[in-house]
Amino acid sequence: MSVETPRERSWTARVRTRAESALPPEKLLPDRQPAYVASWIYVFGALTIAALLAIVVSGLILGLKGPAWWHVTAIGRFFNGIHLWSVEIFFFTMVVHLWGKFWMGAWRGGRSGTWVVGAITFLISIAAAFTGYLSQQNFDAQWISTQAKDGLNAVGIGAFFNVTNFGQMYTFHVILLPLAVVLLTAWHVLLVRRHGVVPPYVRSAAVARSEEHA
Amino acid sequence: MFVPTVLGAVFDLSRRPHYVHWHFFQMSVVNLLVIALMVVVFVAAILLPFPHRRTEP
Repeated sequence: MSVETPRERSWTARVRTRAESALPPEKLLPDRQPAYVASWIYVFGALTIAALLAIVVSGLILGLKGPAWWHVTAIGRFFNGIHLWSVEIFFFTMVVHLWGKFWMGAWRGGRSGTWVVGAITFLISIAAAFTGYLSQQNFDAQWISTQAKDGLNAVGIGAFFNVTNFGQMYTFHVILLPLAVVLLTAWHVLLVRRHGVVPPYVRSAAVARSEEHA
Repeated sequence: MFVPTVLGAVFDLSRRPHYVHWHFFQMSVVNLLVIALMVVVFVAAILLPFPHRRTEP
């Protein structure tokens, strides 16, 4: 029977040991990637993160300055546009990233967790975008909120959210959902670092032989 | 004001949007164009060669 030393009993030491074994520094911040990663299709995950950064920074500025600023002043409308278009680019690049990973079967080789965390992040991002429509503080937001109310009631989850309550939707939009998206994205990246980028499908030997004889 | 005026002349976002409506399917033409652009970018990302760093001696 092994006896734990006081150091091994420490939770910080245990967490550190597990983190170091799961993600040693050369895996966490690699300086080389496999040859198959040299393709444009592998760029879209990083582009999505760049767009997310632009969304968070422009959103922070909008939140700090307030609705009168983003509706009326020229610079406020400019940052409002930056926020909108970075969201458009975020979803555009994320969907191309999703298609690429789907067709290369990116859940192979023990990477199912990476796939699932990415899919959940995508779904939460959609909710974050919808609550953004409701946080605009204009007639557009009012119209969308009443449409959304009917939609959520129709699918039976209307009791959980009040989309006509600006405070509730704004809290979802600027705190809860962005926090979830950022944390899940960080987890997604750490899983990619841990398991590596999925290699391409290998042609089976039988297919290769049949092509040689053709 | 020059740039917004020119862009506004090319992309008139104030007019009534066009929709594609076929049975249960209904989507604005603009959204369909964005989806088509995503497909184009996806195919280009697979087919276009990625610039390689020259091999160091």
